[in-house]
Amino acid sequence: MARYLLLRLADAVPTVLLVLTLVFIAMRILPGDPAIAALGDMATPEQLEIFRERMGLNAPLWQQYIDFVWGMLTLDFGTSLMNNQSVLRLIGYNLPYTIELTIVAMILGVGSGIPLGVLAATHRNKAADSAVRGFSLLGYAVPDFYLGALLLITFSLNLGLFPINGGGEGFLDRMHHVFLPAVTLALVKAAFIGRLTRTSLLEVFGKDYIRTARAKGAREPRVIYRHGLRNALLPLTTGIGLSTLATLSGSVAIELVFNRPGIGKLLISAISERDYAVIQGGVVIFAMFVVLINLMMDLVYIVVDPRIRVQ
Amino acid sequence: MTVPLLKVDNLAVEFGPKANPIRVVDGVSFEITAGGAVGIVGESGSGKSITSLSILRLISEPPGRIVQGRIEFNGVNLLELPRSKMPDIRGRDIAMIFQEPMSSLNPVMTIGDQIGEAIKLHEAMTGEERRARVIEMLRLVGIPDPAGRLDAYPHQFSGGMRQRVMIAMALACNPKLLIADEPTTALDVTIQAQVLDLMHKLRRTLNTAVLLISHDLGVIADVCERVVVMYAGRVVEEADIRSIFRTPQHPYTRGLLQSIPRLDDDRDRLYQIPGSVPLAGSVKKGCPFYERCSLRIEKCMNKMPPMFSFGPDQRAACWVTASQADAKEKEAALQ
Repeated sequence: MARYLLLRLADAVPTVLLVLTLVFIAMRILPGDPAIAALGDMATPEQLEIFRERMGLNAPLWQQYIDFVWGMLTLDFGTSLMNNQSVLRLIGYNLPYTIELTIVAMILGVGSGIPLGVLAATHRNKAADSAVRGFSLLGYAVPDFYLGALLLITFSLNLGLFPINGGGEGFLDRMHHVFLPAVTLALVKAAFIGRLTRTSLLEVFGKDYIRTARAKGAREPRVIYRHGLRNALLPLTTGIGLSTLATLSGSVAIELVFNRPGIGKLLISAISERDYAVIQGGVVIFAMFVVLINLMMDLVYIVVDPRIRVQ
Repeated sequence: MTVPLLKVDNLAVEFGPKANPIRVVDGVSFEITAGGAVGIVGESGSGKSITSLSILRLISEPPGRIVQGRIEFNGVNLLELPRSKMPDIRGRDIAMIFQEPMSSLNPVMTIGDQIGEAIKLHEAMTGEERRARVIEMLRLVGIPDPAGRLDAYPHQFSGGMRQRVMIAMALACNPKLLIADEPTTALDVTIQAQVLDLMHKLRRTLNTAVLLISHDLGVIADVCERVVVMYAGRVVEEADIRSIFRTPQHPYTRGLLQSIPRLDDDRDRLYQIPGSVPLAGSVKKGCPFYERCSLRIEKCMNKMPPMFSFGPDQRAACWVTASQADAKEKEAALQ
């Protein structure tokens, strides 16, 4: 088991390096001169030269690459070109909001998706099943930014039940702020997780050990939850992991719609202002999260599937 | 005569849409006495597994449903019990083991928990007592170091060991009847012999009645006293083991017996019954074996033969052999 964990961890190293390399290349081939972008069209050649020297843009490419990777690994993301703030501090301020949004959205999404899936699977081809499938279809079809705007207009603007923008202060206020955006993201999650739960449960229900459970006298709830859902968790774990990643990237649009702080919002404004240092830092942080979530999924597999535990 | 432990009477099971059903089990009747052992033999698709699943009402509905008959257990018709009462019977009075030991155990539960669950569902016991019973059961079925294997998962066991675990689980609550649906088919021959030995031993020690489903007459002869031969969803012959092997009366049974390879065989090719089993429900009238029968007469095509008696312990559904036996009897009476 320790071996398995070490292997997973070792797997993450090349992934991280690859991500950093891709970010590095992407930043170099972006159109436009970062010096001109930072200083504006009116800058004199001398000013540009000083800027390039200061930012290390005149060094040979391999030197830049090594400096870049080293900087990223030591969390030295540089300073924002726009307001001279440390990128690390900008990220440090915004990241908790994104994490908070993702966690609440996932809790809502998984918490409603799994029961919906169970309901559909146990009432296969009946009204409840059709209703859940209809809901799933809707969840897939409605774009989250549109749904977000709809919820915002209805519950915040018209009914005044929720704040219109911002991230909030203190736990309760923050939860109040995060609720609508989280519901928006959760709807898509619930549609996906519900569908996935239904499919995996139905597959598990056809297995021989379910018949065994019934043959030894287990009643339906026990058959469904202890034997069925417990086994359906294996494919569900993968789905929930992927869904978490999708939520993370989905938060970009949602943070914009609800005008709340977060990495997504930070990234969008950095892109529109060509703030290379912030873009770079934000993208790397996003990528790190993907790697981290994958690692966590591997951990969950160990808990869920005894076959991995023993190998 | 004593009241049988299990009495299946005129059972019929249909699958598919109600408007156009396929009858896969039709008019099946047999009995098992307490502590007795009966085998059902037949080819794939003969309805033997469906018959065995019907007893515990484990057929998934839809698409399947039991449309007629009675299944009396200790005098109670199980088919009339409310569905919610069935879990009380399953595992406690009637237990079942299945063909696929590799997939019949829950992969994410330990062996100990799975056997323990069977006990927990039916008997009030403390955790300690339950644990002791599980260890006892595992020892009984011949798992070495039972206490040490409680926390093992099914994937750590071989096929034969898993079937032993299945048997331990089935017998954990001392059921009166054990239904074994092809328990040794998926195992290789030496393991098969061990499992059959085990079933023998357990039958003697626990006095559990056994209903053994198999396509292998040899396996059934090993364990059972009586045999029910099924073909295309119907019982075609029913007899004690001795009569089946000595004087098989249905041409299908004769064919089955001829196709068993023997040690003193000098045949170049094994015998095979020509043709194949008709699709379930495709025979609407007449004897279902008509197409493949070497004795067939015109009557067989139009009229399904009833079960004729051949002596006190043997019945078979064949017009031809019944009339032959009849003639012999008359001849004997005349002399």
